[in-house]
Amino acid sequence: MLKLPVYLDNNATTPCDPRVVEAMLPYFTETFGNAASRNHPFGWAAEEAVDYAREQVAKLVGAETKEIVFTSGATEADNLALKGVFESYASKGNHIITVATEHKAVLDTCKHLEKLGAAVTFLQVNHEGLIDLKELEAAITPKTILVSIMYANNETGVIYPIREISAITRRHGVLLMTDASQAVGKIPVDVNKDCVDIMAFSGHKMYGPKGVGALYIRRKSPRVKIAAQMDGGGHERGVRSGTLNVPGIVGLGKACEICRLEMDEEAKRLTILRDKLEKALLQMEQVYLNGAPGQRLPHVTNVSFKYVEGESLLMGFNKTIAVSSGSACTSASMEPSYVLKAMGVGDDLAHSSLRFGLGRFTTDEQIDYTIQAVNDTVNRLREISPLWEMFKDGIDLSSIEWAH
Amino acid sequence: MPYSEKVLDHYDHPKNVGSLDQTKSTVGTGLVSEPDWGDVMRLQIEINPATGVITDARFKTFGCGAAIAASSLTTEWIKGKTMDEALLLDNMDIVEELNLPPVKIHCSVLAENAIRAAINDYRKKNGLEALAFEEKVASYE
Repeated sequence: MLKLPVYLDNNATTPCDPRVVEAMLPYFTETFGNAASRNHPFGWAAEEAVDYAREQVAKLVGAETKEIVFTSGATEADNLALKGVFESYASKGNHIITVATEHKAVLDTCKHLEKLGAAVTFLQVNHEGLIDLKELEAAITPKTILVSIMYANNETGVIYPIREISAITRRHGVLLMTDASQAVGKIPVDVNKDCVDIMAFSGHKMYGPKGVGALYIRRKSPRVKIAAQMDGGGHERGVRSGTLNVPGIVGLGKACEICRLEMDEEAKRLTILRDKLEKALLQMEQVYLNGAPGQRLPHVTNVSFKYVEGESLLMGFNKTIAVSSGSACTSASMEPSYVLKAMGVGDDLAHSSLRFGLGRFTTDEQIDYTIQAVNDTVNRLREISPLWEMFKDGIDLSSIEWAH
Repeated sequence: MPYSEKVLDHYDHPKNVGSLDQTKSTVGTGLVSEPDWGDVMRLQIEINPATGVITDARFKTFGCGAAIAASSLTTEWIKGKTMDEALLLDNMDIVEELNLPPVKIHCSVLAENAIRAAINDYRKKNGLEALAFEEKVASYE
C-alpha cells in the first residue's frame, strides 16, 4: 500500500520512533522530577533515567558514560566544543582547521571565534566533496589546537575518512572533533576505533526527539578540557549548566538503543532503496550525482537535474513528496547551496539539485512513486525550459550574450 | 515558499508555452536572465506590422514557480495589445496580480525586461532604433 505523503527529507529531521515516544511519556507526568534534586525520590527517579540513557548513548558510540554531556542538540554541542576548546587551550595556540562544507553550526562558530582572535583554516574540497589529507596535514602548525571535520555531510551524504584523519591529528598531537549528526545511528561510529576526541550529535536525526543532543568529550589519552559556555548550576560535570531535559534525554537514549540494534539491517534495506532511486533518476538525460559515489551514507542521494530549476521542480510534487533543494529560491539565505558550490558544482547545477534523504519509514512503493513523479515533473519543466531547448538544438549556452 | 493560488494555477497550467519562428521579421525575441538567481526567460512576440499589435506571444522559462507564473501571465496580458501598450506594463502589476512575496519581485522584473528585449529585437529586425530603457533592479527588504 502506498502511503502518502512521502517524506524523503530525513537529513533535515526524522520522525520520532513510536517506541521512543512511549519511553519518554512517563517522564513528563509521573516521573517528572529534577535530576538534580538529590533529596527525594522524584529526583532520584529522574537521575536514574538520565543515567540509563547516558549508558544507551555511550554504548552506541563506544564511549564511557562519563564522556557524554547532554545538550540541547548538535548546534549547541558544536558551539560548546569549539568555544570551549578555544578557551581552554588558549595557552597552546589559537589555530583551528575545518572544512568549507561543514554545517553552519561549525562554520559560523569558527567565524565568531576569528573575531575573538582565532586563526581558522577552511580546507577546500574536491568535486566529490572530499578533502586532500596531505593538505590537512600541511595546514597543521605548532599553534593548531583543533581539527573539526564532520563525519558525514548533511547535503551530499559524503562520509569523511575519519580514521585517516585521526591518524594525522594523533601524529601531531592535535585534538580531533567531529560533528557526527548525520552519521551516528546510521553507520557504525566508535569514538575509540575512530580515535575521535570530541563528537557532537543530535536526537532528532536518529528518530529521537528534537531539542536534545550530546557531546562526547574524551576523558583519557588525551583528557580533553572544554570550558563551559553556560554558567549556572554546574550540571553535567560543570560543562553544561541547565536543568536536564529528562524526557528528551530518555528519548535520545531509547533512539540510540534502537539504532544500535537495528542499524545494520536498516542500512542494508535503505541502501537497496537508495540505489534503486538513484539509478532510476540517473537514467534520465543530463542528470548528475553530487558527491563521491562510493563513500556515502546509505540513505542519501543528491542529484542535479540540468536545465530545470530546483524550486519549480519541488513545486511539481511537493504536495505529496517532501525533499529539499540546493536552489537559491528554496533557502532562507536566497543563496544556492554553499556545499555544492564548494565542490565546484556550477550555479546551474546547484540551482537544479535535489537531496533525497530516505529513512526508517520509507517504503519500496514510496520510492516507485517518487521515481515516477520526479520523472514526470522534470520532463514537463524541460518542455518549458528555454535552456533545454537550446541544449537540444546544440547551442552552447556559454556562448550566449544575455540581456538583463 | 507559500505561493498564491494564482501562481500555483499558472505553474500547473502555464499559458502560451512554446516558440515562434525566430527568423520571421514579424517576430521579436527577448532572452533575458537574472544571473544572481539563475532564472532565464525567453519571450517571443508576433507583431502585425500595420497596426503594431501583438498578435501572439509565447514563452519558455527556466526558473522558480514565480518566474514561470510571471512569464505565463505576461503572455496573457500583452496579447492583443500594441507594443506601446505592452511597454506600459509595470513589474509591480505582476507582483500585485500574483501576490508575489517580496523575495520574488525579481521574477516580475525578469518578465518586464523580456517584453522590452522582445520589442527591441523586433525593432532592430525592422530597421528601427532600439529603445533605451532605464535599468530596473529588483530590490526587496
